[in-house]
Amino acid sequence: MLSHELFSSKWKEGYSKMDKRKIEERLFKGMMAVSTLVVLSSLLLILATVLAKGLPAMNLAMITQTPKGGFYLGKEGGILNAIIGSVYLATGATLLAILISLPVVLYLNVYARKGSRITTFTRFSFDVLWGVPSIVYGAFGFTIMLFFGLRASLLGGIIAVSLLVLPIMSRTMDEVIRMVPKELLEASYALGATKLETAFKVVVRQALPGILTAVLIAFGRGIGDAASVIFTAGFSDFIPNSLFRPAATLPLAIFFQLGTPFPKVQDRAYASAFVLTVIILVISITARMLTRRFTRHTIK
Amino acid sequence: MDFKTHISVRHLNVFYGSDQALKNITIDIPDKKIIAIIGPSGCGKTTLLRSFNRLIDSVDGIRVSGEVLVDGENIFNPTVEVTHIRKKMGLLAQSPYPLPMSIYDNVAYGPRIHGQRDKKELDRIVEHHLKEASLWSEVKDRLHTPASRISVGQQQRLCLARGLAVEPEIILADEPTSALDPKSSQRIEESFLRLKKEYTTIIVTHILRQARRLADYVVFLYCGELIEHGPAESLFENPKEEMTREYIKGIIS
Amino acid sequence: MMDKRLLKDRIAGKVMWLLTILSSLMVFLIAIGLYERSRPILAVKSLRELLFSTSWHPLRKEFGFFPFIMGSLWVTGVAVIIAVPLCLLTAIYLSEYAPRYVREWTKPLIDLLAGIPSVIYGIWGVLVVVPLIKNHIAPFFGAFSTGYSVLAGGIVLAIMVFPIIIHVSLEVFRSVPFELREASLSLGATKWQTIKHVVIRKAMPGIIAAIVLGLSRAFGETMAVLMVAGNTAKSPSSLLDPAYPLPALIANNYGEMLSVPLYDSALLLACLVLLLVVLVFNVIARAVLIKVERGIQ
Repeated sequence: MLSHELFSSKWKEGYSKMDKRKIEERLFKGMMAVSTLVVLSSLLLILATVLAKGLPAMNLAMITQTPKGGFYLGKEGGILNAIIGSVYLATGATLLAILISLPVVLYLNVYARKGSRITTFTRFSFDVLWGVPSIVYGAFGFTIMLFFGLRASLLGGIIAVSLLVLPIMSRTMDEVIRMVPKELLEASYALGATKLETAFKVVVRQALPGILTAVLIAFGRGIGDAASVIFTAGFSDFIPNSLFRPAATLPLAIFFQLGTPFPKVQDRAYASAFVLTVIILVISITARMLTRRFTRHTIK
Repeated sequence: MDFKTHISVRHLNVFYGSDQALKNITIDIPDKKIIAIIGPSGCGKTTLLRSFNRLIDSVDGIRVSGEVLVDGENIFNPTVEVTHIRKKMGLLAQSPYPLPMSIYDNVAYGPRIHGQRDKKELDRIVEHHLKEASLWSEVKDRLHTPASRISVGQQQRLCLARGLAVEPEIILADEPTSALDPKSSQRIEESFLRLKKEYTTIIVTHILRQARRLADYVVFLYCGELIEHGPAESLFENPKEEMTREYIKGIIS
Repeated sequence: MMDKRLLKDRIAGKVMWLLTILSSLMVFLIAIGLYERSRPILAVKSLRELLFSTSWHPLRKEFGFFPFIMGSLWVTGVAVIIAVPLCLLTAIYLSEYAPRYVREWTKPLIDLLAGIPSVIYGIWGVLVVVPLIKNHIAPFFGAFSTGYSVLAGGIVLAIMVFPIIIHVSLEVFRSVPFELREASLSLGATKWQTIKHVVIRKAMPGIIAAIVLGLSRAFGETMAVLMVAGNTAKSPSSLLDPAYPLPALIANNYGEMLSVPLYDSALLLACLVLLLVVLVFNVIARAVLIKVERGIQ
């Protein structure tokens, strides 16, 4: 009883300290709100700038024509070479990456024992690879090309970009395939299926939307990256018709057009940036909608 | 039983979204006694306990109606300072959750955030309450080592000391021994019996034997409804309600 | 019939195992590949000279990386100083205070930021940040700057690393058990006191890991800094000076690389150095995060 009374007088002192604490809390809450707004508005600012500068410079020729003579000096043409080049490259890279990612992820989740050293090591390795700068992938792709005697080409770009997107695709696929309930696999084994059959007929089917999301995300990453293709894909004014010739890519097209001293060409750079941004936004939003649909089904 | 009321619950209803967890609870909690809240799992025992210190505030989508009066003050009154209420109560949770700091700092945490800065005072508070929780002798030589290094049983006693250090009037214990080995459980129970003189202790438990050992007063909840309550002896020997009888016999659980 | 299926299974298993082993060793393969290509220059110059010399004259066979390393450090430093407070405050807000719908809407938006290609950041930097520095910030401090500077690079990089620091920090905060917050609240602490003394303290190793991952990302970024940092081969001495970060050096000179002797080897060595730095950061940060996820103190 006595100790209560003693403490309550100290408590009254504490009340004024309480006000100080309230002020501190309010101050930090304000700073937090401001920070969040800064972060979100930086996104909006970037998109708005691209829109504001790119849309006015945009015209149909940009996306339907390849550069004609003197394009980089201001003459006619468009960036169709870069658009198609990027699409071919990203598609090729994504397919190559799927060929490796899917088997590896299925191995980790279906064949390997849970928590075995190879699974933790591989997962860790992919996480670390995710952080490797794209220019390193470009340089490494370059060394591979030199080793095989390849020149700057669509194939070179495909190899470099597939290495770049491999960790992203693998980790995202891994997260998705991990969610497939063990009971489903066991049910398949109980019916006498082999691991291979279970992997491809059951797991893949169950996780298909998630796998597609992983592919989309990787594609988006691959189409927008410049540093990995600088060394490896070269550049060309023509729509690629061979794996062994250089190919244009959108990011590099933007970069080169921006680097010229002609305002008209720089405007085209903004328009190209607009095109690239639209492509990326479409991919990102589609990927997100796919994940939403996917998670809606798997709430058990 | 003639007693002074410490907590008065009047028509308390608690909704988690559309689920009603507590249905029209009205009860008087006696002062300076050990009160056991018993009943099957998922029946609102924890919800009731946590409404006493308004910890349920932080749950998404919660709706509360009714009153809970502590020393005459309705704690759900919007003008009431929640931290003031919580200071009056000490919570001992099911698993010990020591704060990420040393043993000393764990116990000193409460007094410090309420303004106590004097080192000598803090030393005295820490020692006194660690003794109250019968942990002092085991840790006095390593007060500044991280609290995570002691055993689970010791951690739970540390959490008890931590809760007592803010000088509450009421101790709320949510299945306090379910994560502990028998020896540590025994020590916690002994502490409760000792602390009865100064604190009103409300224990949620699903161990009927524990309730029999400790309780002066028993409250039986079933599916969010208050079925029966009364002095421990009479409730256990002569339960008035059919359901209480069946629960005690172990027919329903 | 049975045998055929089992055979397929076994072969497939072996193939998949092989692919897995190769993938997990990819890091080493990349490092070894780059190392092999760097050997020519390492045979001629000592590592010390390469890393610490300030003279960069490839035609004269002088390959001092020091200005570029300094350039990288300056730009990364500025980026981290700007990004860390903003990201932490945002993460705390989203994790502890924001109502669920706010969190649900902002997380995808922040992840969208992560998907924007670096060229686009570069363009934005050239259009908005560089003129801002040239016309407003530099004159304000009585200095002259072309706008292409450490500060420009730092600002653009900071925005680029927002998503990763925030995302990882949010995961770390989520791993702090809610019972711990409850324990603090039951003692009568306010929400802010709980965050300050308990949540952040428990999350500290993870938060540092998040920052290190962001730092590593900034360090390796190429295109955006290339476009706004100025690219002069001299160590910067102020925020308004131009800088030439290491990745920008590598990317800019790929053209001349094969025509000047030892140039390609030098640049690939620079690449290897970049890789090793980033690897060290990533490995440590990821290891810490795994521990945090498991709940070990």
